[in-house]
Amino acid sequence: MSGALPLWLIPALPLAGFLVNGLLGSKLGKRFVSATGVGSVGLATLVAWSRLLPYFSSDHAPAVERVATWVTAGRFTAEIAFRLDPLSALMTSFVTFVGFLIHVYSTGYMHHDETDAGYARFFAYLNLFMFSMLTLVLAQNFLLMFVGWEGVGLCSYLLIGYYYEQPFAPAAGKKAFVVNRIGDWGFLLGMFGIVFTFGTLDYDGVFNAAAADPARYAPAATLLSLCLFLGAAGKSAQVPLYVWLPDAMAGPTPVSALIHAATMVTAGVYMVTRCNVLFRLAPDAMLVVAAIGAATALLAALIGLAQNDIKKVLAYSTVSQLGYMFLACGVGAFAAGMFHVMTHAFFKACLFLGAGAVMHAMSGELDMRKMGGLKSKLPVTYWTFLIAALTIAGIPPLAGFFSKDAILAATFEGGSGIDKVLFGVGLFTAGLTAFYMFRLVSQTFLGSFRGTPEQEHHVHEAPVSMTAPLVVLAGLSIVGGFVGVPAALGGSDRFHAFLAPIFLSLAGAPETGEPGLSHATEWLLMASSVAVAAGGILLAWKWYAREGGRVPERLAAAYPGVYALVAEKFRVDELYDALFVRPFAALARFCWKVIDVLVIDGILNAGAFLVELVGDLLRFLQTGNVRNYALSFLLGVVALMLIVIGTF
Amino acid sequence: MIGSIPLSDVLLASAALFVIGLAGALLRRNAIAIFLSIELMMNAANLALIGYGAALGTREGQVAVFFVIAIAAAEASVGLAIFVALFRHTETIDVNKVNLLKW
Repeated sequence: MSGALPLWLIPALPLAGFLVNGLLGSKLGKRFVSATGVGSVGLATLVAWSRLLPYFSSDHAPAVERVATWVTAGRFTAEIAFRLDPLSALMTSFVTFVGFLIHVYSTGYMHHDETDAGYARFFAYLNLFMFSMLTLVLAQNFLLMFVGWEGVGLCSYLLIGYYYEQPFAPAAGKKAFVVNRIGDWGFLLGMFGIVFTFGTLDYDGVFNAAAADPARYAPAATLLSLCLFLGAAGKSAQVPLYVWLPDAMAGPTPVSALIHAATMVTAGVYMVTRCNVLFRLAPDAMLVVAAIGAATALLAALIGLAQNDIKKVLAYSTVSQLGYMFLACGVGAFAAGMFHVMTHAFFKACLFLGAGAVMHAMSGELDMRKMGGLKSKLPVTYWTFLIAALTIAGIPPLAGFFSKDAILAATFEGGSGIDKVLFGVGLFTAGLTAFYMFRLVSQTFLGSFRGTPEQEHHVHEAPVSMTAPLVVLAGLSIVGGFVGVPAALGGSDRFHAFLAPIFLSLAGAPETGEPGLSHATEWLLMASSVAVAAGGILLAWKWYAREGGRVPERLAAAYPGVYALVAEKFRVDELYDALFVRPFAALARFCWKVIDVLVIDGILNAGAFLVELVGDLLRFLQTGNVRNYALSFLLGVVALMLIVIGTF
Repeated sequence: MIGSIPLSDVLLASAALFVIGLAGALLRRNAIAIFLSIELMMNAANLALIGYGAALGTREGQVAVFFVIAIAAAEASVGLAIFVALFRHTETIDVNKVNLLKW
């Protein structure tokens, strides 16, 4: 690898951008901040691709580059080392690329309504995010991954709360931070367990040891996998920790696209795939992953049906798609899960950026009941959004079709007792996905305009810095799936073959090979998923675009209780509030009012009072009269002499 | 000379001087009188030191006396300066009337 640029440069460049923008940006103006923010990520993208292109065409041998030894404690060491293997190469490829596009988009989106300082702050955080995310995916051990893991969490918190003047945004940021902390607790426990079991946190050390002696490590693997999965569920917004992601939409839209759709939230899927050796040793944990994934996919899709905020629909859609990815991991199809991570990054980033373009045109309007008919006014946004919506719905030959089909096929084949149930849930959710996405498209772009006259006058297509990323991402949504065409459709599933080196073979654990289904069965599965998706699209189009939403309104009126329950997100937030938040708040208030104010302050004040009392009594010894002092001096000397004499 | 006087006599004289000084320091109210009494106690100590030195045939006792004399001189200069300053302020050197520094 002589002559190649070092891997550490990839995260280091955005870090440099963060330092420059964070320290100097507010004084140097927007032009400078844009150049630094976009430039550093652009350079990182170039460096990354200068390593990735040779790598994609090579034999995919993992490259590990050590920078320094970080921690040494007894026999335990952790290094700052970066790893280029198929999995990290895949993640790096789209994190850098999508990240770069979203930086470009942000220069247009954030330009108007921000002060120089706010603009610099935004790009500094965004660069810090890129640094953390790239550290996360390129790390060679769990500890360095955790640095990136916490870094992206911090940036997520900072950027959700970016509009800190509004009351809701900081609260949403706090919620995201606290919920993520629960997951991070699981991740930490998992890491402690790994150190305890394997004595190292290095990927190669852990996974090779586990693969070499599966029978020995299988019992520990269940607990380790579940702990790690708790971390993944927090970061990737799975039941029961998904509640932070919809609120995270309080942040600026490019942030929603980059962090809360395309990259950070998929870190959990990445981590589970990275640890596939441990998970495959633990069938029970895999079953939990699959069940949680399916439950999340269904629950979030149901909630998404009844949301009217355009970003909320997309947020629940993200939660739902993340559920699909975990479903894939849970049935052992890690490659299918990662495939969906990649295609999802393209189409969901496109959808969010499209939503941002709509908001930009509609003066910040988010309620899609007040939109409609934007098709002719925002043609570029409309067509790119439509392509991305068809992609997420799973219409062939768009990217989402291949990745979703791979997941459904793997689920159908399954390995556990409940795989047919999981498959049914997955298929049903696919229909729901198509329905809510086209409800969104119909209400936003089709029909007649329902906003105010001022808004109608103001509507305009976004600048080219915003539409160009949309077009690129829509293009990727179209072609991105062709890297993983399954054998049943005459492809060779190069995606799966590419990722194969990260799945170490294990004795007695399920393999993660090609689905063993016959081609006829696969065709049947594809046909059914396409039929379900098409049905959802047509129904949404008929109800919302042609009939103007009368049928859903009647349905909502006929079953007000059910509708209210769904529209209010199954009242999960209220449940958590009653179960956790308020008891904890009460406990905190008890600690404050009783333990701190009464007990701790009481002890302190009692001590001070005692000292004061004694001082009040003793101060009368200070008469100010020299002769008294001389007398006590004499008495002291006499006493000392008596003591000295007494000891002889 | 002093070697011809028995040590016990010297110590007796020294003790007598010391007790007189002590009584003066504790009982007198005039600051200068107290000061004189303290000098008296120091010289009682000097006498004891010389007596011991002569009885034991060593010079250390006499060396220590020189230190005590030097310190007494320094103390006298500081102490008298304080009394002058005190008198300027309060127009008295009665220590019973100078008791501002109290609770």
